[in-house]
Amino acid sequence: MEGDIAQLGQFIGAGLAGIGSGAAAIGVGHVAGNFLAGALRNPSAAGGQTATLFIGIAFAEALGIFSFLVALLLMFAV
Amino acid sequence: MATEAHGEETGGLVFHPLDQFIVEPLFGNAGDPVHWYTITNVTLWMALAVLAIVALFVFGSRGRAIVPTRTQSIGEILYGFTYKMVEDVAGKDAIKFFPYIMSLFMFILFANYLGLLPMSFATTSHIAVTAVLALAVFLTVTIVGFVKNGVGFLGLFWVASAPLALRPILAIIELISYFVRPVSHSIRLGGNIMAGHAVIKVFAGFAAIAAISPFAVLSITAIYGLEVLVAGVQAYVFTILTCVYLKDALHPSH
Repeated sequence: MEGDIAQLGQFIGAGLAGIGSGAAAIGVGHVAGNFLAGALRNPSAAGGQTATLFIGIAFAEALGIFSFLVALLLMFAV
Repeated sequence: MATEAHGEETGGLVFHPLDQFIVEPLFGNAGDPVHWYTITNVTLWMALAVLAIVALFVFGSRGRAIVPTRTQSIGEILYGFTYKMVEDVAGKDAIKFFPYIMSLFMFILFANYLGLLPMSFATTSHIAVTAVLALAVFLTVTIVGFVKNGVGFLGLFWVASAPLALRPILAIIELISYFVRPVSHSIRLGGNIMAGHAVIKVFAGFAAIAAISPFAVLSITAIYGLEVLVAGVQAYVFTILTCVYLKDALHPSH
């Protein structure tokens, strides 16, 4: 294993960017959990809100995908 | 760096998990002039997706039976599902964009599922592919917004219900979030598919180690099941976000 300090920084940075994926997981969990909590209180209204659930999940997930992208850029593009 | 040979010299996996996404011309050797003009594996699998969609809908709608055959009912379910989604999310006056949204949904769905076949190529994992789809949506939505509402489309960025002092700040935030839309729209689809396929390859690398290979094979099975779900959900999410953006363009007031 040889390499220079810049490569070390790349790998550490890519690993740190992985934290963003975990944060996005928390966000998606919040959305889905709160949807389920609401849906169990009023199951008859839950069916119409599935689209809203997916939109919420998609927006929460987007920033996690950005961190994944940053990790990929650090690994392969820098 | 991604196109170099990997593995042996670093002592890691014998293959690189991202090697499956390399675009290769189907005919000719490297250096030949013909090499640059032949179709690539991306083109091939996109064409197969289009052919599969055409086959499903042509053969499905040919009988026009009252009691649908299996092919016809699959086509009817997909049509009805997308129609209801456009109507519910984007509103009644967005129905004239239904053919576009239906084509988007079908293409992404079929490309995702064809990419899940073993030895196939996941076209939607390439950000070049998804970025074109997302940019087309972005341009369509922007042009439709300005044609429908004129300068009133800028009301999308001027939040009239907020206090006056906050509005310039909100306008900047809204403007940034508007222009980041095609980026997040494309990377969400491409990133999800790419990450899923790379994870399967990583576990396939673990399967070469005898001690953990049963666990690795079980994991591949489980992740493949998850990927089948993700392929459908990401196509749905891409389409429903298109509908949301379209609703913003048709009714820009907050």
